[in-house]
Amino acid sequence: MKTKSKMNGHTILLLITIGLFIVLYAGGCIAYSSRGFSHLQTFLNILITNSGLICVTCGLTVVMLTAGIDISVGALIAMDCMILAVGMRSGHNAIVMILIVLVIGIAFGMFQGFLVGYLEIQPFIVTMAGMFFCRGMTAVICTEQVSITEKTSKLFYDWANAKINIPFGGYLNNKGKYMVPYIRPSVVIALLLLLFTYLMLKYTKLGRAFYAIGGNAVSAAMMGLNVKKVKMVAYMLSSIFCSIGAICYALNTMAGSVSQATGLEMDAISSAVIGGTLLTGGVGNVIGSFFGVLINGTISSIVKTNGKLASSWPNILTAALLFVFIVIQSVFAMMRNRKK
Amino acid sequence: MEGNVVLTARGISMTFPGVKALSNVDFTLRKGEIHALMGENGAGKSTLIKCLTGINDFESGEIHVDGISGPVKNHSTKDAQEVGISTVYQEVNLCPNLSVAENLFIGREPMTKLHTIDRRSYNKRSQKIMDELGIAVDVTQNLENYSLAIQQMVAIARAVDMECKVLILDEPTSSLDDEEVEKLFTLMRALRDKGVGIIFVTHFLEQVYAVCDRITVLRDGQLVGEYPIAELPRVKLVAAMMGKNLDDLAEIQKESIENVEQKELEISAKGLSHTGTIKPFDIDIHKGEVVGIAGLLGSGRSELARAIYGADKANTGTLKVDGKEVKINQPIDAMNLGMGMLPDDRKAEGIIADLSVRENIILALQAKRGMFKQLSRAKQEEIADRYIDLVRIKTPNPETMVKQLSGGNQQKVILARWLATNPDFLILDEPTRGIDIGTKSEIQKLIVELASQGKSILFISSEISEMLRTCNRMAIMRDGEKVGELDHDLTQENVMKAIAGGEKEA
Repeated sequence: MKTKSKMNGHTILLLITIGLFIVLYAGGCIAYSSRGFSHLQTFLNILITNSGLICVTCGLTVVMLTAGIDISVGALIAMDCMILAVGMRSGHNAIVMILIVLVIGIAFGMFQGFLVGYLEIQPFIVTMAGMFFCRGMTAVICTEQVSITEKTSKLFYDWANAKINIPFGGYLNNKGKYMVPYIRPSVVIALLLLLFTYLMLKYTKLGRAFYAIGGNAVSAAMMGLNVKKVKMVAYMLSSIFCSIGAICYALNTMAGSVSQATGLEMDAISSAVIGGTLLTGGVGNVIGSFFGVLINGTISSIVKTNGKLASSWPNILTAALLFVFIVIQSVFAMMRNRKK
Repeated sequence: MEGNVVLTARGISMTFPGVKALSNVDFTLRKGEIHALMGENGAGKSTLIKCLTGINDFESGEIHVDGISGPVKNHSTKDAQEVGISTVYQEVNLCPNLSVAENLFIGREPMTKLHTIDRRSYNKRSQKIMDELGIAVDVTQNLENYSLAIQQMVAIARAVDMECKVLILDEPTSSLDDEEVEKLFTLMRALRDKGVGIIFVTHFLEQVYAVCDRITVLRDGQLVGEYPIAELPRVKLVAAMMGKNLDDLAEIQKESIENVEQKELEISAKGLSHTGTIKPFDIDIHKGEVVGIAGLLGSGRSELARAIYGADKANTGTLKVDGKEVKINQPIDAMNLGMGMLPDDRKAEGIIADLSVRENIILALQAKRGMFKQLSRAKQEEIADRYIDLVRIKTPNPETMVKQLSGGNQQKVILARWLATNPDFLILDEPTRGIDIGTKSEIQKLIVELASQGKSILFISSEISEMLRTCNRMAIMRDGEKVGELDHDLTQENVMKAIAGGEKEA
């Protein structure tokens, strides 16, 4: 009756994800060591490029744990970036604009969460409407690309260009100059958010409630959990995390445009799935999702370093990976059912 | 309120559209007793329980709970839990993806100073609770790793730890095997000795006599009476539930025993198996014969049937139907060979709740004919009417949605569905589970009747007595293997011995 080892299928899935990342990354290092892939900076660049995506994926993981989905995140990022860019262009302080964006995130998430939690509308439909709304609103604010420059906001510009040096892992470049590896502030934001989400999911009542609801919403309600409220909070967190991600995104791109972050929701969902989060809810954690993001980032990075492969290859590789992972997941599920 | 009474309900009435579900029912539960709530389907057991737990709002009457002044009116299960009434249902209402400890404590976790969950403390407390109740589990493991029986006990442990005074167990044993049921009983007795009042709802008469101290019987929404267990022997209980004496069952037995002369083979399986679920088995079923499959839950009873029917494609062996060797890859092949199967999980595999009785009945027949040869409406209605009449389905009309029928009638609808395809060989997997005694005996009679018309039947049931009444022969299953057959001296004792086997069960 007792299981033989402590290891269950979900832990194995997480280990597979981490192992895959290591294999991919090591492969990249070996194949492209002459082009500098093995430098620490390559890894840090993956973090920098994907800092926004890490934030979004944290939020999405929470929503997916409750067996929901949020496809409005890409469009919300575009809207947030546009608001940041336009606001700063018209002379508003960067901090004020950031606060505004966060408040928008909370309000937007609360509304979507209310529709899903209290009115029990399908999350796909609700967030699809949210997606169209945000994308449309971005164009209403401004149809052109708006840049954030040193002139529009010195403060934001400084943040974007700030380097946080890492005291190890440097190298000498061709000219014999010592290159100090660095990260950007956006990476710090993303990693803090990751840590926060991890602790929240593991050690708070709210965090466990997300799992309970994803496991069996009826039972969760029977056990006295406020299912409606918890669901609403999940969508609120998703939108807030997404808005924080938008700030990271703006720090990286220094612009707002209608077509920004198109399809980002799909990157986030695929990262979470590769990281072992089940779309059916109740299973997964942000560490897995983080490695999911890293795997996607590594694939893009390898394709970029290669230089000859068409830029559509990362998509095909991600598709292949997703396919492999969902097959592994269902094989595990089948094995478990058979055991019973 | 008397000193040792924990719960009284007085004059509870409740009306559903068109039906008086409860009229003026009284119920009293004392401290430290296991009190059976008995009645046929539709007698009002569930309704009464839902009134106690706050799911239904009753119209008149009062509920009093020990330690609370004034009448109690619950509006949700949470309200009920707060006054000390907890319920454990047949379907376990826990989260399989969380650990046992989390399931015990979710919503009321102990916290550290930092306002985070104190995992260590609740793991320790959970282990203590489970140890005290004598349930051997590792509380840090996910609930899904444990059997249904353990899951049910975790649900009970949760209720008990929430300091419930009244524990309602609604059909908790329906999906458990005998050994698991015994464990559950041990737990129930331990709780009774601690002073918890337990209301036990079940269809199994033996179980009532095994654990209960007192019985309250309902019939048609009315209280028949409350009896100490010693004053109400089985026959009287059945009589009280049905409002009549039940001699019909005795009749059936005679019929089946006359029927043993050998006829030609309908089904002959040699070395059939399905990897992982059932080891190779041989079985012969003659025309007009009812063969029972006896064994514990999970011993491979259903799996044997599924391998014949092609629901799990057989990996090895040969199957002859009517003397001809056949290959069955999927159920439709079996259907075309004149087989029908009533699956044990009627909710998941059988009934389509949102379709009407008529549509459910003609479903298999239509599938057999193929999608493009639709039966005319008139023909459908004719078939539906014939089988509603034949199997005695209680439904307002053939267009009523199946979900509005009672469990027993739903079961009859599936039976009708297969009879409509006019099968030569019918597999019935637990056709009487969870339905009342009256309907049970009707279905048993029907089985014998079908056999006398020359149909062959494979009958799977957890109730040995029921198979004794209907079967000519019994196959005995143990641990995924067919271990033997009994064709004479069919008595409860012999069958039990065969199932238990020589050695001790692992």
